[in-house]
Amino acid sequence: MKLVCLSSNPSKPCFVLYFKGVTLMLDCGLDITQLQHFLPIPVVPGTQISKARSWTPGFEKKNKIGDAYQEVKECSGRLFIDGCFEMAIPELEIVDLSQIDAILISNSTCILALPYITEYTGFKGHVYTTEPALQVGRMYMEELVKYVERNPRTNIATKWKQEEVLMHLPAPLKDAVNTLKWKQCYTKHDIDSCLSKVTLIGFNQKMDIYGSVEATPVSSGYSLGSSNWVIKSTHEKVCYVSGTSTLTTHPKPMDQAPLRNSDVLILSCLTQTPLANPDTMIGEFCVNTAVTLKNGGNVLVPCYPSGVTYDLFECLSAHLEQCGLAGIPMYFLSPVSDSALAYSNIFAEWLSQSKQSKVYLPECPFPHAELQSQGRLKNFKSLHDMNLEVKTPCVVFAGHPSLRMGDVVHFVELWGKHSANTIIFTEPDFPYLEALGPFQPVAMRVCYCPIDTSLNFSQANKLIKDLRPLHLVVAESYTVPPIMASRRTDLVIDWEPSPFTYKRGQVLSLPVKRKFESVEIDSELAAKMEPVEVKAGSAITMITGSLNVRDNVYILKPLQKEVASGQKRSHDGFEVHKKSYIFGSPNIQTFVDVMTQQGISSIKVEDTGSGSIIHLPNDETLIQVDGDSTHIICEGDESIRVKIRDSLIKCLKRL
Amino acid sequence: MTELRVTPLGAGQDVGRSCILLTIGGKNVMLDCGMHMGYNDERRFPDFSYIAREGKLTEHLDCVIISHFHLDHCGALPYMTEMIGYDGPIYMTHPTKAICPILLEDMRKIAVDRKGETNFFTSDMIKTCMKKVIAVNLHQNIQVDDELEIKAYYAGHVLGAAMFEVRVGQQSVVYTGDYNMTPDRHLGAASIDKCRPDLLITESTYATTIRDSKRCRERDFLKKVHDCVEKGGKVLIPVFALGRAQELCILLETYWERMNLKVPIYFSLGLTEKANNYYKLFITWTSQKIKKTFVERNMFEFNHIKGFDRSYIENPGPMVVFATPGMLHAGLSLQIFKAWATNELNMVIMPGYCVAGTVGHKILNGQRKIEMENKHMLDVKLSVQYMSFSAHADAKGIMTLIGQCEPKNVMLVHGEGGKMEFLKTKIEKEFNINCYMPANGETAEIETKHNIPVDISLNLLKRECSLTSSALEPPDAKRPCVLHGALVMKGNKLQLIDPAHAFRELGLEEHHLRFTCTVSIDEEGPVTQTVDKIYQLTKSKLKNYPVQYSNDGSITVSESVLIKVSGDEESKDILVSWSYQDEELGSYLLQILRTSLTT
Repeated sequence: MKLVCLSSNPSKPCFVLYFKGVTLMLDCGLDITQLQHFLPIPVVPGTQISKARSWTPGFEKKNKIGDAYQEVKECSGRLFIDGCFEMAIPELEIVDLSQIDAILISNSTCILALPYITEYTGFKGHVYTTEPALQVGRMYMEELVKYVERNPRTNIATKWKQEEVLMHLPAPLKDAVNTLKWKQCYTKHDIDSCLSKVTLIGFNQKMDIYGSVEATPVSSGYSLGSSNWVIKSTHEKVCYVSGTSTLTTHPKPMDQAPLRNSDVLILSCLTQTPLANPDTMIGEFCVNTAVTLKNGGNVLVPCYPSGVTYDLFECLSAHLEQCGLAGIPMYFLSPVSDSALAYSNIFAEWLSQSKQSKVYLPECPFPHAELQSQGRLKNFKSLHDMNLEVKTPCVVFAGHPSLRMGDVVHFVELWGKHSANTIIFTEPDFPYLEALGPFQPVAMRVCYCPIDTSLNFSQANKLIKDLRPLHLVVAESYTVPPIMASRRTDLVIDWEPSPFTYKRGQVLSLPVKRKFESVEIDSELAAKMEPVEVKAGSAITMITGSLNVRDNVYILKPLQKEVASGQKRSHDGFEVHKKSYIFGSPNIQTFVDVMTQQGISSIKVEDTGSGSIIHLPNDETLIQVDGDSTHIICEGDESIRVKIRDSLIKCLKRL
Repeated sequence: MTELRVTPLGAGQDVGRSCILLTIGGKNVMLDCGMHMGYNDERRFPDFSYIAREGKLTEHLDCVIISHFHLDHCGALPYMTEMIGYDGPIYMTHPTKAICPILLEDMRKIAVDRKGETNFFTSDMIKTCMKKVIAVNLHQNIQVDDELEIKAYYAGHVLGAAMFEVRVGQQSVVYTGDYNMTPDRHLGAASIDKCRPDLLITESTYATTIRDSKRCRERDFLKKVHDCVEKGGKVLIPVFALGRAQELCILLETYWERMNLKVPIYFSLGLTEKANNYYKLFITWTSQKIKKTFVERNMFEFNHIKGFDRSYIENPGPMVVFATPGMLHAGLSLQIFKAWATNELNMVIMPGYCVAGTVGHKILNGQRKIEMENKHMLDVKLSVQYMSFSAHADAKGIMTLIGQCEPKNVMLVHGEGGKMEFLKTKIEKEFNINCYMPANGETAEIETKHNIPVDISLNLLKRECSLTSSALEPPDAKRPCVLHGALVMKGNKLQLIDPAHAFRELGLEEHHLRFTCTVSIDEEGPVTQTVDKIYQLTKSKLKNYPVQYSNDGSITVSESVLIKVSGDEESKDILVSWSYQDEELGSYLLQILRTSLTT
């Protein structure tokens, strides 16, 4: 068994697992933190990010980097790439993608690199995920594409990322990795084509993969339709734990039992903000919002169109009501906001019990449906649609949380100048100070309330103890404390013996020794079996059959007629494959009695201490019986030998 | 246990009161628990005393599965669970769980409030009953207990309708409930994996019908409605609150819009809006097209269709009214029918099947005078139209489903006996499998044959496979290899392992039996010459066995056969020795040596 890690960010995982002759890709996450290096795309075409200006490197530097400086802009003392956005896709060169049998997608955030594989490689396998993961994943992709394409940049910056140039650029640009493997964003057409290849699968549905293994998604409690995977053959079990949450939010709770007692447990997607407690953060988020609104300021929340955003709507609206601020409008801007709100109401099967029970009334499971009908929550496809309707003070939820694209860029510029306003970062994917980089200095209040519902280290350690895997595989970064809290030795995965670790590009051999395979015994052959009970509760029978393999399933069938029947013998004159076995030690007196019955006369028995010697003088035969072994030395007729043989066998157990 | 037992308590050569008992691998499963709409006495419920003469049913049943929310499939459920007594698990899909209690309550009201029946289940009983229900998703493998597993497939008959696969170990049965193989305006077509069940229990409502294209029927329907209202007539369409009603509403809504018609369309209030809400919230269970467009436009929001009030019955002028219930056996639809029946300008369109005994069934059979309560005779003058919109599979659809899942046996239920005969013959001829059609209370026993799964040690598997395919030929996947091993049974565990290993594990001491015989010959020449001769002879006779010539002048054949020659220039003694495992080989060799050397 082998595991290859293709992603550099364990929260946007991508693995390839080789198991029992089947090749599976586990998740297909897209790490987009590198977007931080790019200059934000303005919302209104023609305008530039106000503070950006051309970069003028010193003479010496200019010599080293050549024309590349033209691709770089300076903004608030930092450098940004002024060019088409590029995505850091998983490491695809080290595996043969055409050999992948299936891709298993855990949740909507782990699907974003999928078009790069289905549309631009030789991949021809199946893709499996749940319906909500697919639909929400589609929204994320479409939003990304829309933002990138809305005010497209035409210039593709390529010179800066050449190794010999990159090393001379100032940080943080020069720390960008694998820049040459970055790819342009896919298109709407790619998304449609890619997602049309996906096969939908429900929780606890057993999906057979080429008869060799069975993959089953089980609820992981992280987002709508999010799953962990149990990959099983008859005798081995691998569990893949992706985005998982044990907190009570809107999705169906995590299903832990199916993950127990695996041979290998692969762990990814732990919290990206181990120092922050999501419950505390959501409280702070609500309080900060209310305080700002009370003071007449506006609140900007950079967000994704689904996931925790639904919980933010719910918690915030309830809190505002308590504070007597129910009249404050909440605006939700995203090209996919319609779908995001509509879909959330039709996935009852994938929701927590309390939300699910609402549809039986029938009422919408999420309170945002009612907020919409009351006019407290209004959603728009873009800034241009909402122009006349904005009522301040207000709360604006807008994408993209990287602050490099989407309507949020406009609001940062618009509201950033006033200290009464607040921007609250809740998405853990991007370091907020870097996200704000190109807009600095900003006068508005900046709050950082990261809400990452994924497992934290103590939850993960508890989970592993409960699941009791034989082998554990975790990200290398999970075995050392995080950089920002290097003394917090509790923020690591604690496991004895030390777990296997993965990082981008690494190939792990996992010591799973297979001892058994499954085989089916044909009903006809099985009917002929005559098991002998040799001990209480244990029986044994000898079996000989022809072994057939079809679709990776072994079937043991009766031997074909000409081989099995004694009539037609193989050309040596034998029934080749019939073997029988005898057990135990004979009782000498019984043996003698049986021989007498067979008509053998003159039997002389001599005790040797450890056994007996039996003489049959009339038949020129000597029999040495010594506990569990007998030697028949027969100089007489063949028929005598057969008689003695059969007599002995009668005194023994036979199979 | 290698047989399946199936007993219909309802729906055996009959439509209505679906309730089928299945015994599979020692587990008892009840498939549907419906009531018969044509009866008002005890015959409307299945005869549960078949399961147990007295006391609760819980210990006799492992689970109950409800295929969809129609009352002929779930109507007896509260009666069974609360009045007879059953506390075990009940499975149905989410939409069925949501809608079923509403229809049950609706029916209860008609029975108790209008007909004044006593000894009927109460609203509270419906609630307690529904609390026992476990909602399931499509395709989810649900473990009822350690051995019993069920899985739902999309059936497309009504919102949330499902077919169920029931599995115990190797044995499996698929029960279709009611299903539809052609997608319609709001639901998709039924579909199932190639799951090769031992038995497929399929409905056969339209066993002999091959229906014309859906589009023609829709056009026909619209034309009839349009003609009638143009002449000033009133159109009554008796429907059930959910299902067909929504499909016909979508149909009329779009037609009215296209033709710019102003004639009012009404839908009997109460259930309507709620019903449409269910469709909105469970839109994942509707057709692809509705699912795709629901964000922009929800198909279940109607502009032309308004709520109906009882007072409108006497309104002059044309109108179209959808009213419940669908078989004209009670309620508003029957009331409207009585008011409008005497006018030949009016029309009633029956869009679904009506069970025997209902007014709907009578008028469809051409009855023109109908006895109502108090011996009052009603003259039926209005035009009676039957439109088969009922979403059942027709004969072709049933055959398609059989082709899809490849069952080893088929059983027909939920249809009329005579029509079943025809389909049974057709199935047996076309698929060459057995087809059963038990009547109510009759038990069908179906033998099943299965391979037995065992664990084989990889060592044995690899060794045996490499032994048979000789080094010269690469292993051929198509040519099976011969495998010999010991099957050890410990409790429920079956392991196929290397014999020697098995004996060790079980503490069996193999008895070592050896034979030694001597062949004496008079042959001149050195011993080595004789050995050579024997070696050549053995090799030529035993081509498939390893024959080895060792340094000490002995010959070994296969694993245990040993040949030693001793003697002088004139005579030789040939010692042949072998163990019991090579008995056949040893005795054969002895015979060869005896016959070819001594003569």
